[in-house]
Amino acid sequence: MRRANDSFTSHPEEQAQEWAQSVYELFKAQHVELISFVPDSGHKRLITYCQSDPALRTVTLTTEEEGIALAAGAFLGGKRSVLLMQSSGVGNCINMLSLPRVCNMPFLTLVTMRGEWGEFNPWQVPMGQSASMVLEASGVIVRRVDSVEEVYPTVEAAIMLAFQSRCRIAVLFSQKLIGSKHFTEGDR
Amino acid sequence: MSMLNRRDALRTLLTEREKMIVVSGLGSTAYDLASCGNDPLDFPLWGAMGGAAMVGLGLALAQPEYRVLVVTGDGEMLMGLGSLATIAAQRPRNLRIVVMDNERFGETGQQQTHTAMSTDLATVAAGCGFQHVRTIREPGELEPLRMDLHALDDLLFAVLKVSPEELPRVLPPRDGAYLTHRLRAELLGTERALAG
Repeated sequence: MRRANDSFTSHPEEQAQEWAQSVYELFKAQHVELISFVPDSGHKRLITYCQSDPALRTVTLTTEEEGIALAAGAFLGGKRSVLLMQSSGVGNCINMLSLPRVCNMPFLTLVTMRGEWGEFNPWQVPMGQSASMVLEASGVIVRRVDSVEEVYPTVEAAIMLAFQSRCRIAVLFSQKLIGSKHFTEGDR
Repeated sequence: MSMLNRRDALRTLLTEREKMIVVSGLGSTAYDLASCGNDPLDFPLWGAMGGAAMVGLGLALAQPEYRVLVVTGDGEMLMGLGSLATIAAQRPRNLRIVVMDNERFGETGQQQTHTAMSTDLATVAAGCGFQHVRTIREPGELEPLRMDLHALDDLLFAVLKVSPEELPRVLPPRDGAYLTHRLRAELLGTERALAG
């Protein structure tokens, strides 16, 4: 069976690991205890860190909007939750984003981008190109991260904005940062 | 085939409710919940269709000392079928989901839902991994369910086959920020409820 090669081509693995470590440390420092995700290879390291920590609860979702409702319930119960997803999941979230908005609840999602930088799969391009607009149209503040140095301060500021000022916020991790996938016939 | 009255059924289930958090889906189940009173531990949704069970999961994980009951309709549950897989995988022992199944989209003209045509939600839940699943059609089965809602130390899913008759609307508060603060203040105290 032919499968996409999952390797990162434009940046080394160590760099991917570096930003994942800093985000994980922020979750710990800022008392984010509930991590939900529809997995993306760009979030692979971060998901592994979270799943390896018994103090964090990870929730595997069937579709991204579940994570918004989960975060709402967690906030009602006094816990902080963050949703991890890929840009293709943003479109699944639109109506559910009305929940934190109408209820004046915090919401934070970390979105790894596809379809914007050296993308090999044309099916990723439409949602990659519209993710930011869709989020903003749904009342979500959008911040972008293009380099490793920006990850920690941007995610830290996003956590503060979300949970202290009760905003809906998405941090988009650019495809330039996480590395573009490539695909060769016969690769597996 | 006999069918339950949805309001009587919920009133029975919430008898001696004590400190049980109740999340309702939008529409008829929100009116059902409002018909039983207006408790600070109620969180009726007015939108976010398909999200009621996941709000319940978030609450159940955040507040393991409380029992959390999600009461929703068949239409709302059908929109969030995937959440049954997500919830079964987490298996929170304090979460209960009760579906008021009238086999209709009651708010929009009584169109038949999939449960009128082909889908058995209890079988879906069992297939997702729920260990405690039942379908109820008789009033006599409500009291044992009520006991389980309070005492069972495990995830539970129940379908109540209810009459599709349209009942007078009883409206819960619809200000989401108010409902949020009310529930948080009850669970966390006012000071923490006002903080992030």
